[in-house]
Amino acid sequence: MNALTRRGALLLGAGLSLTLVDLDEGAATPAEAEAEIAKFTGGKAAESGKIVPLDIKVESPMTAADYVSDIRVVGDANPNPGIVTFHLTPMAGRAEVATRIRLGGTGTLTVLAKTSTGKFYAERKMVKVTVGGCGG
Amino acid sequence: MADKPRLRVPSEAKKGEIIQIKTLMSHPMETGFRKDEAGKPIPREIINKFVCTFNSREVFRADLEPAISANPYFEFTLKVEESGTFAFAWVDDNGTVTTAEQSIAVS
Repeated sequence: MNALTRRGALLLGAGLSLTLVDLDEGAATPAEAEAEIAKFTGGKAAESGKIVPLDIKVESPMTAADYVSDIRVVGDANPNPGIVTFHLTPMAGRAEVATRIRLGGTGTLTVLAKTSTGKFYAERKMVKVTVGGCGG
Repeated sequence: MADKPRLRVPSEAKKGEIIQIKTLMSHPMETGFRKDEAGKPIPREIINKFVCTFNSREVFRADLEPAISANPYFEFTLKVEESGTFAFAWVDDNGTVTTAEQSIAVS
């Protein structure tokens, strides 16, 4: 897990309007994003990019005062880097979501989680894809 | 074209229990990046939003982009404190909204 680089932050900005607004307000900067809290498993070597299972777990008490409110997934190998954004409520109980995504090729997958207290957590991982799932 | 969405929601739970919900919607999730045999781009048509409400209150929402696989699948958890009804809605680019409901008895 690396700290978010400037390029990474720009990349995230490609589709991260909701979170970026808060960044602009000075609630947090990407550099403050803490590692190791947000975890995801996305199949380190996906055979086909058409269906890549993605499991996201973020450590959070998920109380009304402190919960994970948004989770954004970004992949830099896709023609359109934004993949999905989840909006959670304290009623989730646990900050755990799973879905299946497409990846256009081998690249970095980033999961960024935002809490109701304004903190950001990020996890980045290289995902190898043998056959891309976005083109035709 | 939209088949009935598949849901896996427990029908009963204990108060305060965290339940798991799984949903699967049949949809091609056409990305808009593909081309047909004549080389013409195939227009994008995806489910762009998924919303789950419990007793009319939004509890989970996802904004989808073309990078979600065909037949969008979601798995998430919810802590239930009272009996009620989950309503699920999938919003298509063309404006179609597919809905499904499932009630749960909480004791």
